[in-house]
Amino acid sequence: MSESPPILALADVSMAFGAVRALQGVSLELRGGEIHALAGENGAGKSTLVKILAGVHRPDEGQVLLDGTPQDFHGPGDAQQAGVAVIYQEPTLFPDLSVAENIFMGRQPRARFGRIDRRAVRAETARLFERLGVTLDPDRAARGLSIADQQIVEIAKALSRDARVLIMDEPTAALSGNEVARLFTVARTLREQGCALLFISHRLEEIFDLCRRVTTLRDGRLIATEELDGLTPEDLVQRMVGRELDALYPKQDTTPGEAVLKVSRLTREGVFTDVSFDVRAGEIVALAGLVGAGRSEVARAVFGVDRYDAGGVQVGGVRLPGGSPTAAMAAGIALVPEDRRQQGLVMAASIERNIGLTGLRSLRRGPVVSRKAERDRAADWAIRLQLKYARLSDAVGVLSGGNQQKVVLAKWLSTEPSVLIVDEPTRGIDVGTKAEVHRLLSELAAQGLAVLMISSDLPEVLGMADRVLVMYEGRLAAEIPRAEATEETVMAAATGRTRQEAA
Amino acid sequence: MATITANGGRRLVDTMVRARELSILAALIVLVAVTTAVNSSFLSSQGVKDIFLNASILALLAVGQTIVVVTRNIDLSVGSVVGLVAFASGKFVLGHDRNVLLVLVAGMAIGAGCGLVNGVLVSFFRVPALVVTLGTLYVIQGADYFWAHGQQINAADMPGSLLELGNGSVLGIPYLPLITVVVMLAVGHYLRSYPSGREFYAIGSSPDAARLAGIPIRKRILTAYVCSGVLAGLAGVLWLARFGTVVADAAHGWELRVVAAVVVGGVAIVGGLGSVYGAALGALLLTTIGSVLVVLKVNSFWQDAIAGLLLLLAISVDRLLGLRVTRALRRRNVRHGA
Repeated sequence: MSESPPILALADVSMAFGAVRALQGVSLELRGGEIHALAGENGAGKSTLVKILAGVHRPDEGQVLLDGTPQDFHGPGDAQQAGVAVIYQEPTLFPDLSVAENIFMGRQPRARFGRIDRRAVRAETARLFERLGVTLDPDRAARGLSIADQQIVEIAKALSRDARVLIMDEPTAALSGNEVARLFTVARTLREQGCALLFISHRLEEIFDLCRRVTTLRDGRLIATEELDGLTPEDLVQRMVGRELDALYPKQDTTPGEAVLKVSRLTREGVFTDVSFDVRAGEIVALAGLVGAGRSEVARAVFGVDRYDAGGVQVGGVRLPGGSPTAAMAAGIALVPEDRRQQGLVMAASIERNIGLTGLRSLRRGPVVSRKAERDRAADWAIRLQLKYARLSDAVGVLSGGNQQKVVLAKWLSTEPSVLIVDEPTRGIDVGTKAEVHRLLSELAAQGLAVLMISSDLPEVLGMADRVLVMYEGRLAAEIPRAEATEETVMAAATGRTRQEAA
Repeated sequence: MATITANGGRRLVDTMVRARELSILAALIVLVAVTTAVNSSFLSSQGVKDIFLNASILALLAVGQTIVVVTRNIDLSVGSVVGLVAFASGKFVLGHDRNVLLVLVAGMAIGAGCGLVNGVLVSFFRVPALVVTLGTLYVIQGADYFWAHGQQINAADMPGSLLELGNGSVLGIPYLPLITVVVMLAVGHYLRSYPSGREFYAIGSSPDAARLAGIPIRKRILTAYVCSGVLAGLAGVLWLARFGTVVADAAHGWELRVVAAVVVGGVAIVGGLGSVYGAALGALLLTTIGSVLVVLKVNSFWQDAIAGLLLLLAISVDRLLGLRVTRALRRRNVRHGA
């Protein structure tokens, strides 16, 4: 492939937020007909770089070049006008408006008297979906669309603007296997049509699968821009973290003890059916499956956040009343939810307050919560989990994703649970912190904790779990021991290709 | 397959919105039918005319409020603006034979000024709308009381042309409802069919997405408040024209009736959903209930309680329907999507 001139480029860009230097002298070239990867740990400056390209931030130094000419983006609107489109990890759509309206908001085709030409909007949307090879109804409301479909709507929006540069900021984090495949097909189609794409992902295999060149950032500095051909995942990880990772999946061998959590024939109509399994002390059991297969719903039912219609949950031989998280907590279950921003943390509250939330009773001195006890407990856990923070009184919102996840873990581990349920423990977390979270889970299991881990990250499932339970359309489709768990066996069960019944 | 079911999803939401307007109409019809059965004079031409006259001002304010509420904001100052404009216009025409059009323009200009203050504070200084408009409610009310100082504008001193506007009619249709309907249709059409109109809904539906879509959020919110202010100003002049006699606390407490009418009419208080038609119907329903209570000789103090009950009912129904629709849409995704 001959080198085409870059459509969009950054030249020697620096940017600081207060004292934090987010980017220092970074250059990047995005060429038409090429998918370029951006790699780096969280906090390496990837998001800042994306926001500069998207016109959300203006660099302190350096230039944004469009077709070789310096541009001054004053806002997201300017970048869009210039043909730069960004697909964020969690797309931002208007839930109350129709899919078609979402795509054309701000530049609807006009009929007479400047009115919106609704027919044209609808037809144009249908045409875009056809070009992307997806079936979505232009007239349905965006509310309730899956994240994968929301991203498709965002991509259609970009196409309708004749975007020449498409930036995808961790688009696959929340997608299941076949949704990722569909997204990649769309991305390759766009590449063939001459678009320049920038792809960001924490999953290295995706980078190798999709991209031609990769730019690596570390601590706001440009480490390398190179061809992926001839590079190994280990090379890439080393560039990202600047040191060899011990191992991404430091799983310790353990001898499982008694079954601590027993779930029998749990059913919630229309969501999951007849789910039975147990988790033994010292064991990490992964609950795998596609997004929407009912994994998180099972976890929520076990913890009592959601009700169930039939079946039961036992912890240490004692049956739990359904629908009561308080009872579940008292019995020793802890749930680290999937969405830490919405469900796991109070983002505006301090680290110590967040960690203290699960133990307000035990922190009481008389009728009031003791600030000192709260702070001591938080400090203790911060050390044990190697939390990186400035002050314990800082709001959780200012921490990086990985450190936020550690706060959620601390919050629940401080209840001294016997069963820990973690839902997508490392989603959106950089490689370095990911390994730390894995080490932590492995240690906890070795100390006798029963861990139920829900994950869409297949290498994580294979690397960490003693047993893999696979869900498919609300049922347990397979139970695979560690020795037999491979990408093929798990994916086959997750997509319903095998039908071996769970024990 | 996916297309067909997804189509159903859109229809579901559409039906929900339309269902609200239809159910208010149904409630109105039942209400009127029952009351007429008890007292046949209720449906006399004078009775109907009275209801429409009374509903006009509330509906006009509800239309203005809708523009603000769909952007996920609220305007509590409208009651005070009506009071201020009614009194100011009264002072303005007192003893002079002013042109009606001039009075209307002056009233709307005062309203626009108040709306501008609200809009600037909410959109440029990012103060929460509830606080801003609660503040301006009291400031405007206080200024009005200070100015009025216990005085009263009397119908006897009004120029005939203005009173004609309030009580006269063309082709048997009184001016007041006519004005309201024209305004409602114009605003409704604008919000539905113009790109900038849809942007009000977009902002209320997701402010973050609106920012990323390059929608001029501040400008639209400012516009929403100015519109609400202008319509409150118009309502103030119409108030004067209709009642003739005005003291400083005209329309005192109306802001909450307006919000009630809007919410009962199916405009989501969190923005993004609802129409001016629904809001106007909500106003008509609340007014009709007031008249019905008079006809049925129920103590009119019950009126507020009933309005409150309706409000709670409307919000609960919205919440329930919203949850069900979301769940239904999700379930479709699981079955057919992805």
